Amino acid sequence: MRDALGSVQSLLVLGGTSEIGVATARTLVNGRARRVVLACRDPRAAGPAVEDLRRAGAGQVDTLRFDALERENHERFVDDAFARFGEIDLVLLAFGVLTGDPVDVIETNFVAAVAVLEPLARRMVRQGHGTIVVLSSVAGERVRRANYVYGASKAGLDGFAQGLADSLAGTGVRVMVVRPGFVRTKMTASMKAPPLSATPEQVAHAIARGLSHGSETVWVPAAMRPLMWVVRHLPRAVFRRLPF
Amino acid sequence: MSTEERLLSGWGRTAATRARVRTPAGAADVAALLRHPGERGVLARGLGRSYGDAAQNAGGLVLDMTAMSRIKAIDRATPSVTAEAGVSLKDLANALLPFGLFLPVTPGTQHVTLGGAIAADVHGKNHHVDGSLCAHVTSLVLQSPAGERLTLDRATTPDEFFATAGGMGLTGIVLEATLTPIRIETAYIAEQVARAPDLDATMEGLASTDASHRYSVAWIDCLARGNRLGRSVLMQGDHAPVEMLSGPARAKPLELPQRLPLAAPPWLPSGLVRRETVAVFNEVYFRRAPVRAERLTPLDRFFYPLDSVAGWNRVYGRRGLVQYQLALPLGSEHAMREVLERLAASPAPATLAVLKRFGPQEGLLSFPLPGWTLAMDLPADAPQLSELLDGLDELTAEAGGRVYLAKDSRLRPELLEAMYPELPRWREVRARLDPAGAMRSDLARRLGLQK
Repeated sequence: MRDALGSVQSLLVLGGTSEIGVATARTLVNGRARRVVLACRDPRAAGPAVEDLRRAGAGQVDTLRFDALERENHERFVDDAFARFGEIDLVLLAFGVLTGDPVDVIETNFVAAVAVLEPLARRMVRQGHGTIVVLSSVAGERVRRANYVYGASKAGLDGFAQGLADSLAGTGVRVMVVRPGFVRTKMTASMKAPPLSATPEQVAHAIARGLSHGSETVWVPAAMRPLMWVVRHLPRAVFRRLPF
Repeated sequence: MSTEERLLSGWGRTAATRARVRTPAGAADVAALLRHPGERGVLARGLGRSYGDAAQNAGGLVLDMTAMSRIKAIDRATPSVTAEAGVSLKDLANALLPFGLFLPVTPGTQHVTLGGAIAADVHGKNHHVDGSLCAHVTSLVLQSPAGERLTLDRATTPDEFFATAGGMGLTGIVLEATLTPIRIETAYIAEQVARAPDLDATMEGLASTDASHRYSVAWIDCLARGNRLGRSVLMQGDHAPVEMLSGPARAKPLELPQRLPLAAPPWLPSGLVRRETVAVFNEVYFRRAPVRAERLTPLDRFFYPLDSVAGWNRVYGRRGLVQYQLALPLGSEHAMREVLERLAASPAPATLAVLKRFGPQEGLLSFPLPGWTLAMDLPADAPQLSELLDGLDELTAEAGGRVYLAKDSRLRPELLEAMYPELPRWREVRARLDPAGAMRSDLARRLGLQK
């Protein structure tokens, strides 16, 4: 159960080998979380993360096979997770791809997320409580030409998550949207880190803080919020000429 | 019976969860509802004054007991009173008063139900002499989830009785109870007020007057440091005999004077309760108290000072409040000093703190133990609150003390067994009464009470 100060005891990470996912799980285990399920395409690849979380003090760490693109299995996956776990206080949606075939990027980051969040939200409503944390991106706040496919997928996901949050008002289930800027991970290793870039640990701590404050939206770093407000309101003609 | 899906939270307004709420009109309804509890179980709820999640059952069934509020019998001679579990202590006290009777034990609010008071085995300002409420319950009727209606008392069914008294509502649903009220001559308390300049004076003041006063409590300034650490206003009292009254009160000694109702506005911003504002309040409160005085105080003002402001919990804003109450055994006075030092040094402002003495205790999961208890309110958004309270939990457990489950909303489950050594026995009895595990609560889930 979530406690009065926003800490959770059990969590399910979709994208269980992602650096942000594991860093967040580790941060929550350092608080109250004792049971973690890492859901990922290849559970064997989660070995180091499982070890890491056990060392951090998690009493029970499990892995579940979850392939974002196998949409037909999502419903069963959700039932299975709840059946094995009993109580799931928090779900962290942390899977996603940055590049690739445009339709695949949209399929993974947006369509698959919708396909798994719908049954998850229904299940949590039945449970009477729960928190869903969705990793969005500042890239979705204003889609720019350098990564417009990724940006569009995150814009879709972000809008969906906000609408889901509103539709769940009064059910005891909450959705928190997290909008990191550039995060230094293996996914972005080949890229040059711009100013205001963050580490997975910084994202994890921002998430933990957002949970304890009952936030609906979390920007990482916090300075992204006013910056993106400006970017969002730039006229197209100006925005198009910016050097990124 | 109507069914309503509702978000429920405790009085602290933190961590709300949703449940199906039904309002049984009588024992038959309760029995019928217990027959099909559903996969998330069932729990009784009274007036929702537990601060944390003790009266919540996420995704499950919650029985709103407040419609079962009949007072079935008052016997002035014995004396004795039998009432349904959903009656509020306020209605019960008001019904007893004209007979010259009063509740044997009362908590700091009268907006709690009899059933809830038994489930939490509430204590009052007289625990050092009279014990907790269940010490005065002669028998109670429990609808067990296994389908039986059981009459429990301490002589013939001690296991079940002491698992239910203080059992946080997890042994079944209390339908009604019979208790022994005390005789009073007036609706007034002869109260003695005195300032104590520091912790030693406070503890000495409480300990030395244990024997001479039925009610005894210290309002303590948790922000005071240095040589003022633990400064307090001591309040001690006894039921006033009729000779002490004069004027109109003397003519009608068992009538309470009218009080003006007040209410906190429904929307107040967060951040009103901060270290700075609380420090000013504490200073004024301490200085306004007489150095030493005797006065006659109406019962309700003595026992329920906060009940005069409806919805006072809203003062803490959207994020709500955490109430923290710990008990420390005799001989661990040094630990109490450490607690106060940490509170004084913390940026989190502890408000409305109360220090009391506790006597012996019977219930398997009951909170009191012979020694001291300190209770306080804290805004849930106070800086570094989690670290502060986790530290106090550990200090308390190490000293052989415990925190109060009826108020808890954030204890680490790992500390539960150390704090409640009778927990294994309670679990055994509970499992016997509810083999299918139908009785559930968010508190039980969070702390792993049922295992």
